[in-house]
Amino acid sequence: MSTIRTYIIGTVTDWLRVFALASVAITGHAAPYVPKEDSLVLEHLPVRPNDPVARELRQLRAELTANPRKRSTAIRLAERYFSLANSEGDPRYVGYAQAALKPWWDLTAPPLDALVMRAILKQYSHDFSGARQDLAAATHEDPGNARAWSWRAAIDMVQANYEQARKDCLALRDIESDLYAVGCLAYLDGTTGKAATAYSALSEAFARGDDNSPELKVWVLTRLAEMSLRMGNTKQAEEHFRAAYFEPINDQFLLAAYADFLLDQGRPDEVMPLLVDWFRSDILLLRLALAEKALKAPKAAEHIEALRSRFDAAALRGDKLHQQEEARFNLYLLGSKEKALALAQENWKLQREPRDARILLETALAMNSPAAAKDALDWLERSGHEDPGLRKTAQQLKVLKP
Amino acid sequence: MKALIAVSLALAASSALAHKPSDSYLAISVEGTAVSGQWDIALRDLDFAIGLDDDGDGNITWGEVKAHHAGIAAYSLARLKLRSGGADCPLHATAFLADDHSDGAYSVMRFEGACKIESHAIEISYSLFADIDPQHKGLLRLEHGGGTRTGIFSPERARQSFELERISALTQFFDYAREGVWHIWIGFDHILFLLSLLLPAVLVFAGGRWAAVERFPPAFWDVFKIVTSFTVAHSITLSLAALGVISLPSRLVESAIATSVVLAALNNVFPLVHGRRWVVAFFFGLVHGFGFASVLRDLGLPQNALLIALVGFNLGVEVGQLAIVSAFLPAAYWLRATWLYRRLVFIGGSLAISSVAGIWFVERAFNMKIITP
Repeated sequence: MSTIRTYIIGTVTDWLRVFALASVAITGHAAPYVPKEDSLVLEHLPVRPNDPVARELRQLRAELTANPRKRSTAIRLAERYFSLANSEGDPRYVGYAQAALKPWWDLTAPPLDALVMRAILKQYSHDFSGARQDLAAATHEDPGNARAWSWRAAIDMVQANYEQARKDCLALRDIESDLYAVGCLAYLDGTTGKAATAYSALSEAFARGDDNSPELKVWVLTRLAEMSLRMGNTKQAEEHFRAAYFEPINDQFLLAAYADFLLDQGRPDEVMPLLVDWFRSDILLLRLALAEKALKAPKAAEHIEALRSRFDAAALRGDKLHQQEEARFNLYLLGSKEKALALAQENWKLQREPRDARILLETALAMNSPAAAKDALDWLERSGHEDPGLRKTAQQLKVLKP
Repeated sequence: MKALIAVSLALAASSALAHKPSDSYLAISVEGTAVSGQWDIALRDLDFAIGLDDDGDGNITWGEVKAHHAGIAAYSLARLKLRSGGADCPLHATAFLADDHSDGAYSVMRFEGACKIESHAIEISYSLFADIDPQHKGLLRLEHGGGTRTGIFSPERARQSFELERISALTQFFDYAREGVWHIWIGFDHILFLLSLLLPAVLVFAGGRWAAVERFPPAFWDVFKIVTSFTVAHSITLSLAALGVISLPSRLVESAIATSVVLAALNNVFPLVHGRRWVVAFFFGLVHGFGFASVLRDLGLPQNALLIALVGFNLGVEVGQLAIVSAFLPAAYWLRATWLYRRLVFIGGSLAISSVAGIWFVERAFNMKIITP
């Protein structure tokens, strides 16, 4: 698939949007048209019908249609769709996965494998409490279920329940060995003020394993880069980011973290080649637009407009999945400080990771309101999180205090 | 399995990385028993549901979409049910287009239908993609009687009922006519302008002074000509402005209206124009029409009943005017020869009108607050 072409077509259609009426009418925008030529390509599919992945999915779907209650097929199909949702960044696949699990979706006590899969899909849609409840039931039923424990840890980390996350990681250590359990604890320690210890533990465990998958490598390298930043070692962080970037897989989380690093380092020109093919991803388009604005690039205006229309569309839908990004968009690309602060505060109720704290601190600073960032300041105190950038912003806020 | 465990830590954190989920945009307009609408559905979703990429090259062309239009209509309209008064409103597709939304290309299908029974509520059942993507949502915009409502459909809320206020064309017409009458009654500048032109109708200017007319018919025809030309003129500009053909800044219009009142009133005290006051009425009537138009715009013009609103409002203004004229003319004719009318009402009144209007002019042109009209 020619991603550059997708990008260009996407850009052209977004220019059309800019010219179209600014109203966010539910029909979208002003001008449906009848294409002049049958050969005009309207849409590029992310997965071609004759692609092996598509063939496998088709086969599984056919099997499931023939026998919708065959759980092993349903779970396999849901797994395939879920990993596609992550690599393509398209939530449609999570909907498809949910459809595969339909016979078990509303049960109070589904079989274990369906329960864990349901939890994973629920957390994707930010139903953290529903997911956490399913996972608690799963680990209660099967205390040796490593997958359920690791997802518990993941959700507890997102919500800053560090004591609980530690219990989850320790339970994982009893079942799994080395990198997985070490990774879990290092992720926790690296966030809660022990970045140096976490860094050496994780890099040692990483060096011991030799047949790590590219997915796992990217995950570990991104964590190592983050820990290096928290220790103030930007050179080392960059080495890890670059190593992760050259792994042969797409990982939007890595790209977002790497782009943020470059933006923080005042190197927006290096962000552009990194993200040029990622117009479709909201969070990467946000980074691209931030870089373009810093460089006064001509594309900045149309990308800001595209983001605005996507956030508007999410609002129409009643979604609250992107509040952290929307806060950043409002603060740095629109200059709407008040709205940005409200979004950052709303986001904090659901997600409490370092980057959620960061946008809350930055919007509060922009509004000269230390009180507004109280939750993030308390979190920084309680967690002992080391990131120098966050600590500096917090200090600036504290100086403002009367 | 093993790789998934550790990677899951990242995935939870990256769940917000998603781009826009699947939505369709459904606009429905209900007028009486007639239903029409437009449905924008993402090509990616349709491809997943019924398969559009016939040549399997990963690109969906307009030709491929065209070949599936009947299939798209059958698939989607089977998953949208409108019911009114307990009876179905069968729908059929009338046109197919394409459009680009922020997340990709959409098929645009226009459709029409008729309900068997007109009712005070319409029930909409939406189940598009409910079986294959439970996270899909349908975003509805429902138009009825000039009002718009929105709704969100999901598998949990697949059937919703919307109350319809029954607003007939006749009701709408009278609503706007009433607004027109009301505007003339509270629009002192229009009344004073008209009165300034009508005051001399029962007098004749001869030999450098005003004298009472001898018979009623000339006075009546004079009034008739003035009122008619004022009406024709303001109807022209009211229509042009309401339809968006001409647009003038309201400060300019309001200042010009105040000026017209000053000039019309001063003309009674220091006569320049006396024979052809209907020409003055016509010329300034054009200006007053823009003033009416701004009121009509503030009321909100229903796009589906533009003509009804325009004609209703305009006739309302005429009715209000006629009421003023029919109260004024007999009284003025009866008093025309008295000192009271010729000195106090005619000269004194005209001076008073011109000074009030002069203050309005200053207020409106320079954006100051002196008196509240």
